[in-house]
Amino acid sequence: MSKRAPLLILAGALALTMTACGQTSSEPSTGAVTGGAAADKKIVMGFSQVGAESGWRTANTKSVQEAAEKAGIQLKFSDAQQKQQNQIKALRSFVQQRVDVIAFSPVVESGWDTVLKEAKNANIPVILTDRAVDSADTSLYKTFLGSDFVEEGKKAGQWLVEEYKDSKDPVTIVELQGTTGSAPANDRKAGFAEVIGADSKFKIAASQTGDFTRAKGKEVMDAFLKSTPKIDVLFAHNDDMGLGAIEAIEGAGKVPGKDIKIITIDAVKDGMQALADGKINYIVECSPLLGPQLMDLAGKVVKGEQVPARVVTEETTFTQEQAKEALPSRQY
Amino acid sequence: MSQERNLARALTAHRLFWPVAVLVALLVLNVVFTDGFLTVQMRQGHLYGSLIDILRFGAPLILVALGMTLVIATGGIDLSVGSVVAIAGALACLRISDLTDQGSVTGVLAAVGVALAVALVLGAWNGVLVSVIGIQPIIATLILMVAGRGLAQLITDGQIITINSAPYKLIGGGYWLTLPFGILVVTALVALTGFLTRRLALGMFIESVGGNAEASRLSGIRSSGVLIVVYTFCGLCAGIAGLMISSNVSSADGNYAGLWIELDAILAVVIGGTSLLGGRFSIAGTVLGALIIQTLTTTIYSIGVTPETTLLFKALVVTLVCLLQSPSFRRKAFRRRARPAPPPPAPADGPSDASVSDVTAGEGREETVRNR
Repeated sequence: MSKRAPLLILAGALALTMTACGQTSSEPSTGAVTGGAAADKKIVMGFSQVGAESGWRTANTKSVQEAAEKAGIQLKFSDAQQKQQNQIKALRSFVQQRVDVIAFSPVVESGWDTVLKEAKNANIPVILTDRAVDSADTSLYKTFLGSDFVEEGKKAGQWLVEEYKDSKDPVTIVELQGTTGSAPANDRKAGFAEVIGADSKFKIAASQTGDFTRAKGKEVMDAFLKSTPKIDVLFAHNDDMGLGAIEAIEGAGKVPGKDIKIITIDAVKDGMQALADGKINYIVECSPLLGPQLMDLAGKVVKGEQVPARVVTEETTFTQEQAKEALPSRQY
Repeated sequence: MSQERNLARALTAHRLFWPVAVLVALLVLNVVFTDGFLTVQMRQGHLYGSLIDILRFGAPLILVALGMTLVIATGGIDLSVGSVVAIAGALACLRISDLTDQGSVTGVLAAVGVALAVALVLGAWNGVLVSVIGIQPIIATLILMVAGRGLAQLITDGQIITINSAPYKLIGGGYWLTLPFGILVVTALVALTGFLTRRLALGMFIESVGGNAEASRLSGIRSSGVLIVVYTFCGLCAGIAGLMISSNVSSADGNYAGLWIELDAILAVVIGGTSLLGGRFSIAGTVLGALIIQTLTTTIYSIGVTPETTLLFKALVVTLVCLLQSPSFRRKAFRRRARPAPPPPAPADGPSDASVSDVTAGEGREETVRNR
């Protein structure tokens, strides 16, 4: 028994520090909390982010923070560091603090019913951003704001159809898929296949996962270059795999963008630079800058206005010329 | 007639026979599916072809597995190599991205030096945890596996650091004397390790510590010193592999660089015939194991296995290799043809580099088993 005493003390101390951390992190602006939302009618939003795993995500966070400030919404920001349990904790603390609206990007798809019900019982509306949840009960959240990955795949396919509309020769395509089973990979593949499937001259000769990383993109492309003698087009599900593939293509003595046309999705800075340099031919944007749209939706939801159950992020596409123009003002 | 049969039996009894057979089988599979798989041509002043690709992309794995072999030979395991890979790449790229002239050789050398020094320190840290403090290797290295990944993300700020440095590019993506530079580095390190462990007493020390650390200590070997050296070496190998991986794509990715490479490395070691219980080890076997894994990966890309079935395909091949490696499975499967005489345990006719030490290690291992 006496052996365990120090352990218990340690555990207690740990629990204390953890709650202390939780408080500090969820209250970035303590001054306003005491004033309460009712006093100046300022909307209070609790936002739980996935983490900071990529440039895309960081830009996403920045967009939300800046848009909140602009819209006069008080933001309680919490970083889940890729862990669902952190996110559930954050959502619970938002409910306890009686925020006006909760927005979050779920780390994973499932396991949200309980905590979302708690929010619903407390009459706090929830908005999903960027990623969806698989709850059967769609009344648990008001709306889902995020990119339409199928649409992104379709846009990529449409550019290809347009590019080769005068040609009758068969077009050999290789595809670098995202992480197997992930929503962006499945949907981008489906959207792309649907559009090019209309014309039989387009043939996907090889399609393999590159795990959304540069290293894998290069490795897989190197194998494609040997197993498929004549490649006309590369479709990569994100910029990073495309950038890796460019290195493989250059290593094989071919010119990326000319000998092999390259389409990618995302439009991160390195990708846009390659597009401006002529190494990529076309990029479909997958924009992280959904902050303004989110604040707009939050305002409507809090007022009790009806919002559509699915809102698609405003996104565009870039050709090489557009990339040169857009590059200097690119935020991420 | 019996002479031929003896030769065949001696060949199949060689412990590297089955790994070699599987590697050849994989290559044959590729030749059937891909036209010109074996052709190696000169392109832009260097060799170009699928076989070169296997060597080029396999180089980091061979390195990590090389360090892992020695660690496993001491009866330990190092789970932190993937994180060390990420940290080394991240540190080097961060330093280079801060340079005013990214093409400066001295700047790149300094960055590489810093990254490798940190890798050495991390390896030594593992060694101290295992030998001096006495934490079980799987736990001791798990600490760095988890914390190290976070450290790498901290260094890169969670972003991908892209650099544009010709000298750095050479390490993992460049060519020297028409050969991939990475594979030359690997060859040199494998040769050096082979020399240190097979020509000097170090190999025997490692095997005896792996066989029975306490008995080795009593017979005058400083077990803790041997352990620290081995873990430090493993850290260094992982560090160099990290430089290669990041150099190959001219960028450092703290989140994904080297992710799960520890599992591939352990697999390579096991395929190569080194026992996870420690004791004897085979460097040639490990190199073969790593090449099998890389060839398997390339095969999957070339013959067009769909991503959904990739893992299953890999699992089947690996299971097959491991079964073929197991003497007791072979005895059961091929009993009809083989005579009941048990195969000799130690390959007296084996490679010249593994005769005396293997026997002692084998005895040591039996002792450990009995002690448990």
